[in-house]
Amino acid sequence: MEFLNILGQLINITLVFSTALIFTALGGLFSERSGVVNIGLEGLMVSGAFAAAVATDYAIQAGMTESAPWIGLMAAAIYGLIFSLLHAVSTITFRADQTVVGVVINIFSLGMAIYLTRSLYHGSSQTTTLQHVFTKVNIPYLSDIPLIGNALFRAYPTTYIAIAIAVISYFVLFRTPFGLRLRAVGEHPSSADTVGISVTKYRYIGVMLSGLLSGLGGATITLTTTSNFAHNTISGQGFIAIAAVIFGKWNPMGVVGAAMFFGFSQALRNFAQLFEFSKQIPTEFFYMLPYVLTLLVLVTGVGRGSAPSALGQPYDPARR
Amino acid sequence: MDYIKKIFNSSSLLVPLVSILLGLLTGAIVMWFGGYDPIAAYSSLVSRLFSSPYNMGEAVRSITPLIFTGIAVAFAFRTGLFNIGVEGQFMMGMTGATLVGVLLDLPWFIHAPLAVVTGAVFGGLWAAIAGYLKAARGVNEVISAIMLNWIALFLSNFIVVKFLVMEGQQKSHPIKESAMLKIDWLVQALNSARMHWGTLVAIVCIVLFYIILWRTKIGYEMRAVGLNPEAAHYAGMNVKSTMVKSMFISGVFAGLGGVFEMLGVFGYQTVMAATWGYGFDGIAVALLGGNTPIGVFLGAILFGGLNYGSAGMSFGADVPPEVVRIVIGSIIFFVASHGIVKWILKPFLRKRANNRKEAA
Amino acid sequence: MDRSKPVVQLKGITKRFGNFVANDAINLELKKGEIHALLGENGAGKSTLMNILFGLYQPEEGEIWINGEKTVIEGASKAIELGIGMVHQHFKLVQPFTVAENIVLGNEPTKGMKIDYKFANNKVREISERYRLKVDPQVRIKDITVGMQQRVEILKTLYRGAEIVIFDEPTAVLTVQEIEELIEIIRSLAAEGKSIIIITHKLKEVMALADTVTVIRRGRVIRTLGIEETNENQLAELMVGRDVTFKVDKHKQEPGDVVLAVDNLQMKGDQDKHAVNGLSFNVRAGEVLGIAGVDGNGQSELIYGITGMRHVSAGSIKLNGHDMTNRTPREVSVSGVGHIPEDRHKHGLVLDFSVSENMILGSYFDKEFGRAGFIDYKAMDELAKKLVDEFDVRSSGIDVAARSLSGGNQQKAIIAREMHKDPDLLIAVQPTRGLDIGAIEYVHKRIVEARNAGKAILLVSFELDELYALSDRIVVMYEGRLMGEVDVENRDDQQLGLLMSGNQAGEKG
Repeated sequence: MEFLNILGQLINITLVFSTALIFTALGGLFSERSGVVNIGLEGLMVSGAFAAAVATDYAIQAGMTESAPWIGLMAAAIYGLIFSLLHAVSTITFRADQTVVGVVINIFSLGMAIYLTRSLYHGSSQTTTLQHVFTKVNIPYLSDIPLIGNALFRAYPTTYIAIAIAVISYFVLFRTPFGLRLRAVGEHPSSADTVGISVTKYRYIGVMLSGLLSGLGGATITLTTTSNFAHNTISGQGFIAIAAVIFGKWNPMGVVGAAMFFGFSQALRNFAQLFEFSKQIPTEFFYMLPYVLTLLVLVTGVGRGSAPSALGQPYDPARR
Repeated sequence: MDYIKKIFNSSSLLVPLVSILLGLLTGAIVMWFGGYDPIAAYSSLVSRLFSSPYNMGEAVRSITPLIFTGIAVAFAFRTGLFNIGVEGQFMMGMTGATLVGVLLDLPWFIHAPLAVVTGAVFGGLWAAIAGYLKAARGVNEVISAIMLNWIALFLSNFIVVKFLVMEGQQKSHPIKESAMLKIDWLVQALNSARMHWGTLVAIVCIVLFYIILWRTKIGYEMRAVGLNPEAAHYAGMNVKSTMVKSMFISGVFAGLGGVFEMLGVFGYQTVMAATWGYGFDGIAVALLGGNTPIGVFLGAILFGGLNYGSAGMSFGADVPPEVVRIVIGSIIFFVASHGIVKWILKPFLRKRANNRKEAA
Repeated sequence: MDRSKPVVQLKGITKRFGNFVANDAINLELKKGEIHALLGENGAGKSTLMNILFGLYQPEEGEIWINGEKTVIEGASKAIELGIGMVHQHFKLVQPFTVAENIVLGNEPTKGMKIDYKFANNKVREISERYRLKVDPQVRIKDITVGMQQRVEILKTLYRGAEIVIFDEPTAVLTVQEIEELIEIIRSLAAEGKSIIIITHKLKEVMALADTVTVIRRGRVIRTLGIEETNENQLAELMVGRDVTFKVDKHKQEPGDVVLAVDNLQMKGDQDKHAVNGLSFNVRAGEVLGIAGVDGNGQSELIYGITGMRHVSAGSIKLNGHDMTNRTPREVSVSGVGHIPEDRHKHGLVLDFSVSENMILGSYFDKEFGRAGFIDYKAMDELAKKLVDEFDVRSSGIDVAARSLSGGNQQKAIIAREMHKDPDLLIAVQPTRGLDIGAIEYVHKRIVEARNAGKAILLVSFELDELYALSDRIVVMYEGRLMGEVDVENRDDQQLGLLMSGNQAGEKG
């Protein structure tokens, strides 16, 4: 029983850590399905985490404590979307190198976020700790089921939103005209272009979705785990999310699975202290675990052949 | 001579220069919106750099690692690879040097060079991992390098804690004097600014950067692979091993940056919460410098100066020093999106062309 | 049907790309139900003109009239609205999508928010039956043949109600039998009242299909003729501008020893099939062996296998008696093989290297170009100057990037480099692709010179005229196997066509 309890806890915490990855990876999915590589997901998460911390703080101060986290969430989505426009304009309209611009967005976002934090919080490099963030929601009846109840039905609202978005994404991508056209733009843009579909428009949408969703991903970390924003709130999750897109073969449900796999590796960190045998292993190795796992997953090459064919290539109508 | 002419060719210089201006402008706008005084801020920055011998020395100290990391990134770029792993390679370089510096006891003419070489090789091998993964398994080198950065951080922490740590502290024993590479008389002369031989080595590396890529056969191969790996394969070059070799060399440059931070500046290594950031700044330097030796040198001076001078901004004008990160970020945003710069310049360039036509 | 009404009128169309004039005051008229051929060499401006009609480019000057009304065609959507459809040379198909998905893309039938796949599949079936273009709507593009893919391209235009259909080099990738089927399809479309424009450089097809032909050279209309008033020779002359002879100075000569011996070669292709499937042949010194065949039947893989660029799974390759199977490209090259690759941009040159740097691409490692790991630039430049002179490579200097050279000069540079090796075996794949007549003549001359000097030449080409002009022997490749040898003296295109499409009956004893 003890073991089952712990397993349930493990799954619960996995969901906590996976949620941010799911949001961000779905964002990356839409961008890449439209053909645009977005290495800047990390920076977009940073922007989202920052915006959520600040907006929630101000909302609490304005007296709207109940809805404060939700306001934070929305602010994060909007702020992330705005930042992603930098990436979009640069890579789509001006055809800059997508990888380089992504790295630049990362550097720029962090700098902007810390600068604004210092300006708004009297020189401190962290936002104040929020008193009211998301709390776990117990789904009636379902959360009382032994083991599974604790594992799956006592989660933050953001987790449920993330899963819902994943399901919606699957439907949109594979069953609607929008999804068909988006995928066409990512596989063979000139096919779409020559039937009158605007490659530019769909790629902008793809990148903006990545900004919106990654913003939500960053906000999730602030509003469920750390309760504030500092320079190390986002530490590589954006890149792990990219690996989740590859591992999940650019399919929303696969991406969710991959994100959970990586979330699990992060959850293990918390459990290291609980067991005798794991206490022997130096903590540094538990910290390394998510990154090592990501690397191993990449090395196995799973997903490598499934990338959208035109991924990473700027579309130049003159060279049809 | 022709090479010098080529670098200062007007069109290739225009984008970086305009990007710098636009970046500074962006920083000014951001500051102005925040209610700060951009002019006071920038002038405090500049004055900090030149205000005293100590500050000038420290500015040089602050620029040195950027030269190393800038060369590392630029070298890799020239061979078609994006070495984002410089952060981790820098860290491994530090760790390698510290290991030799703390644990071994040797006469100075062996100890110091051994520490340098060990750190450099650590950095090179760490980079070669990413290179090998890309060449042999087609793994995207950006993501793998980022993962390796984090792994390097925790691995270094582990090594410090396990082998090098002082009782009850979060830092290692000091590196033995026989391994240190400070330039003592210069330190004295500049009121304790931390001057070290690494600066000289960095300048040598710039020359090496040029020589390797443009004067040797292996550099020829690397450039060919970087520009057109298919043609390189057709021509009989071993594309995979060339990629790994070039990542190794790039990692050596990055590792040297870390080496001299240990052997020339700090003298001990702590358990760290995050990597130092010189790697990402190296990317900025390489981009601004157009991946050329002189460009990297000048870019390192600019960004190193901005970084060191930023502390002056908070003292002098009460501006958060991170605004300099925004300036640097904006500069490289404009360099990377040179299409935007050219678009902004279109009206000016057309006027110049028209004036030329009329004059002709 | 009223054949006299023009459905398309292009008046004075001029299109410039920077300083280059692609179309120069072009006038063209297309009548209803007419099959109009647009004939010209590579680079003459035919595709540009049709891209303007299809809305992908905008002309600098001129007017477009559709069905008697002046219009501006801003983009593909507008063109489609006007009833113009284009069947592209390089198919605009999304490989992982199904046939139906590709056809309805952009005009998807919906049920609520979802795509109505049932309706789409049925509609596609309906149209494909009506125009006798058999396709299965639910199969994926990557799983069907090239001929069928082209039918999907055609159905795309018909689904959108095209009345004017433009075909861009439609027979480039088809077998002889598929070409015959296509000719039937085009004829029946015209009979239904569709107006057709065919862009091509193939004289035989023009004579077989067209009602009218407009010849374009260097962006200008040379003449427009009814098909009954002309013949192949006249068209060839109009297309090229002077009396065209494909004859080269090739005396019969006795071939020498076997230089290249390929025995039962097998190579894996991309999809677990064998790209090269048990191939055996010899090439002797002083002879040109031509390999004919439609693109995609294993020729590229064969050459990569011989030159060491790709792995050979079974069989052997011997050069002058020495085994060369699965050696590295460098070992093969150093043993006396020169390779003029089919894609000069992808393989033949590093475009951002200077001309002289490209000249030592295959030989930089030699002591001649530097010792102790350093490059001797003086030696490199000397060689480059010599080769540029000898092979008439026109550029503004040996220090400029190879990118700035014209296609013809780039090819000359590659030939110079490969011939300088003084190879025993010279491999030339599509050596005159995309070159103008002057460059083509030059390349042919050099190849025959090499042959006369006793080199063994392996020539792969998709241009039958080139093969017949240069080869001493011609063999045909189909699906990775040799279908047989044909008689060079007595050219029989029927026989050749049958062999190229896998029909053994073409083989004479």
